[in-house]
Amino acid sequence: MAALQSNTWNEYEIGRRRRNLLLTAAVTLFALAILAIYLMPMAYGVITSLKSKAQTSDPGAPVWPAEAIKFSYEGESYDLLQVPTESGIRHWALVKKGRRASQFIDPANVAAGLIDWEGNWRQLQPVREFAVQWDNYPRAWNTIDFARLLGNTLMYAFITMFGTVAASSCAAYGFARFNFPFKNLLFMIMIGTIVLPPAVTLVPTYAFFVNILGWGGTWLPLIVPAMFGNAYNIFLLRQYFLTIPREMEEAAQIDGAGRIRTFVSVILPQAVPALTAVSLFHFFFAWNDFFGPLIYLAGNRDANPITVGLTEFNGLYSSETQLILAAAVISMIPPLAIFFLAQRVFIQGIVVTGVDK
Amino acid sequence: MDMFTEFGAARGGARWSLRAAFRLTGAQRDEAKWGLIFISPWLIGFALFYFAPMIVSFLFSLYDFVLSAPDEARFVGLENWRRMLAEDPNTWEALFVTFKFALISLPIGMVSAFLLAVLLNSKHLLGRNVMRTLFYAPTMVPLIAAILIWSRVLNPQTGWLNQMIEVTGIQAVGMDGLRWLDDPNLIYIAYTFIGLWGIGNAILINLASLQGVPTELYEAASIDGAGWLRQLWSVTIPMVTPVIFYNLVLSVVGLLQYFIVPYVLNGGNGYPEGSTNFYMIYFYKQAFPFQNMGYGATLAWFMFIIGLGITIFLFATGRYWVYYAGESK
Repeated sequence: MAALQSNTWNEYEIGRRRRNLLLTAAVTLFALAILAIYLMPMAYGVITSLKSKAQTSDPGAPVWPAEAIKFSYEGESYDLLQVPTESGIRHWALVKKGRRASQFIDPANVAAGLIDWEGNWRQLQPVREFAVQWDNYPRAWNTIDFARLLGNTLMYAFITMFGTVAASSCAAYGFARFNFPFKNLLFMIMIGTIVLPPAVTLVPTYAFFVNILGWGGTWLPLIVPAMFGNAYNIFLLRQYFLTIPREMEEAAQIDGAGRIRTFVSVILPQAVPALTAVSLFHFFFAWNDFFGPLIYLAGNRDANPITVGLTEFNGLYSSETQLILAAAVISMIPPLAIFFLAQRVFIQGIVVTGVDK
Repeated sequence: MDMFTEFGAARGGARWSLRAAFRLTGAQRDEAKWGLIFISPWLIGFALFYFAPMIVSFLFSLYDFVLSAPDEARFVGLENWRRMLAEDPNTWEALFVTFKFALISLPIGMVSAFLLAVLLNSKHLLGRNVMRTLFYAPTMVPLIAAILIWSRVLNPQTGWLNQMIEVTGIQAVGMDGLRWLDDPNLIYIAYTFIGLWGIGNAILINLASLQGVPTELYEAASIDGAGWLRQLWSVTIPMVTPVIFYNLVLSVVGLLQYFIVPYVLNGGNGYPEGSTNFYMIYFYKQAFPFQNMGYGATLAWFMFIIGLGITIFLFATGRYWVYYAGESK
């Protein structure tokens, strides 16, 4: 009886495990398939950025970066084509082009001389070999003057990052620890600014910066407002400060530290993960910022950031797909690299603002 | 708590009495002083870059004011508003385009984010952490780079999307195939694809919310005989409604300002057949290239009113379908 029982138990267990294994395989394969489709454009971008210009616009060309092979004959260079003959497809070099018939040379048997072939050579595919155009990257870098765009973007990103993190952490501390009149109302207004369309404040701000202060074509209209913090960052930092126990601040105050001293030397060192997350958010925001630079820097191309520079490049060199994609790939490397290195802090920060826990 | 729950909590705790502000004891007054000092960077920024410009923006809407000739500005009352609402067909066309796109793109984006989160939360998925990172990666690709890549992926001849569809037997490649960016019927789907590369945050928030659903609920449902789909519908979805609400509000606000994709792809000229004349594009053209500050401000204020209306509507109806676990109702 006992043996029978353990036997059915085993069978049940084996069945369950087998079902789990199948389910795991199915779910994982399904996820991989979705992922492949989802990331396909990224692969397309990288691979196409390594092709020659001719290949990018040729629908018959292979998927991988490849180049037509040439063959030198009597001092001249000729295209090697795939020629269908009675003995299968041969790789011959096209020497004399004709509408109905052409003359080829067989690289394997040059001594045989020119071979006549009937048919339209335009319908023949060239013989290709794997060839990566690494050269597209330095060419894109120089054509777009990437060093200057990068310099502008980094200058903007870092200056405003320090400004906004400093201002936001002050304000967040104020909201997290102090009671003052109309605190709740002000806090509501602050969150309300997140859903406020920026357009509604833009027109007078623009007129003020450009007409009255004469800041058109400079980065100042974008840098100055960032120095006063931003609601999203204030909210995130406030949530973090609320989790820090009050005892440490009280101890510091008993030791005679003032409010600012307490904030700088007790609170900030404990909030490094949140400060890092906010700094990263701001860095990515600045790296992507488009509308502000577009309107304020109009007329001063030297001040352009990567986003606006890439857009102009795309308009001017729209036929140079391989260069545009190379520039696009260059511009996505820094954010992706930072994300892969710092994903834990980063993901934590996103989750804090959106999930009720 | 998430941002909108905190917003509600602050509304609940708000005391609007000015008199109370003057009835503070010495210690309370000191605390209030320091609180205001600490929030002063934000407070000053709010006054200078939100509050004042909003008021001035409304005043601008009452003027005929071209930036290049500020001396010729003249007061016209509600003329700009009348023109915008009654005369200018572009306003309504732009609103129509914006809402049409939102109605297509918003459900696709939100459902995709939710389903991907469910997939990434599955205990049957191998390498979950690596998968999560990889699914998030496209969100890190700068939008401009993403648009430039997608515009080539969607090329009817040489783009990989059509070539992949062709493999399944549907004729897609070529001039009579799927011309994603040239066909006014396909353009919104094409833009939605580009948008799907930006749903990483929504996936993460959904995922965090799914992880917070108590396992007892699933066990109880399973004892009651509920299958996977039934559990998803009756347990998972109600439990993640706060996150769906959060994503919904932010997506609506974002879509109202949809600008970069149509601007980068064709300079905001509405191609094909005016199907990409979004509201923000129209506002941009009036306010900046044409420098019509008065009319631009009117368009911006109208956008603000519409956005505010939708947000209030969402918050008002949210009470009926958003489930907050902490609340007893």
